Amino acid sequence: MDHDDDLSMQPKVDVNCSEAVHVLYHFLDGELTPERRLLIEYHLDACHPCLEAFEFEVELRELIKHRCREQVPDDLRLRIKDLLASEASGPGTNDGGGTFPPA
Amino acid sequence: MADQATFAAQAMEYMPSLYAAAMRMTRNRADAEDLVQETYLKAYRAFGGFQEGTNLRAWLYRILTNTFINIYRAKKRRPEESDLEDVEDLYLYRRLGGLEGVQAGRSAEDEVLESFTEAEVKEAVEALPDQFRMAVLLADVEGFQYKEIAEILDIPIGTVMSRLHRGRRALQKSLFEFGRQRRLVDEPVAQP
Repeated sequence: MDHDDDLSMQPKVDVNCSEAVHVLYHFLDGELTPERRLLIEYHLDACHPCLEAFEFEVELRELIKHRCREQVPDDLRLRIKDLLASEASGPGTNDGGGTFPPA
Repeated sequence: MADQATFAAQAMEYMPSLYAAAMRMTRNRADAEDLVQETYLKAYRAFGGFQEGTNLRAWLYRILTNTFINIYRAKKRRPEESDLEDVEDLYLYRRLGGLEGVQAGRSAEDEVLESFTEAEVKEAVEALPDQFRMAVLLADVEGFQYKEIAEILDIPIGTVMSRLHRGRRALQKSLFEFGRQRRLVDEPVAQP
């Protein structure tokens, strides 16, 4: 992975901008093979506009993730705890109060 | 074989993310609560069949999404091409002026990103059709790998990728519309 050693010894990298953008999501999703991943990394090292675009997508994803958080209502947590406890005390003891939708 | 007695200790920690996913799927609190409760009940009852040491979180999401699909009759498979219009790569970034004015850095784009409110982002996600929404949630909010999403949704990996691809672009378009409504971003170039 340390491709800083001697850049002149690196094989000629053929990935262009549109190819890089094309696999942007596969790259960010960690779904590229190590070889292809490295090719994209070389491109990003050399291509500032693509690097900026990739970083924007990373930040957008972080934003979506953070903005989609929810606080679990306390009563829901309690209800599920009670439900599991009543299930544990024996099959059939659940009186149907907790199942959804009703049969 | 997993021991039911250990279920709560292992599974309760996933409730916040399961509940958040349920909120995005059902789009309302009452249904989300019912969905999460039903998921835990089903998971508890089926826990004997869970292979200890495999991915509990993915297993819980599989139950959650199946329960959602069954209760709300979300269509599991349907023609996709017509569901969402095709949107180009980097839709949002391009419209925020990225790729052209990069020497100035990304501060303007980042500012717009940060300005999207929780309500706007949630609405944009919830506006996606069911199949696209579930794929995007599982990948971008929950961070599951394609293979895990394929197992959770019981669809081929190729389908996972195409749903993610289209869903993510549609999401960017919705966000852009919010920005445009608030005049945070300019009108599309094509419209004088």
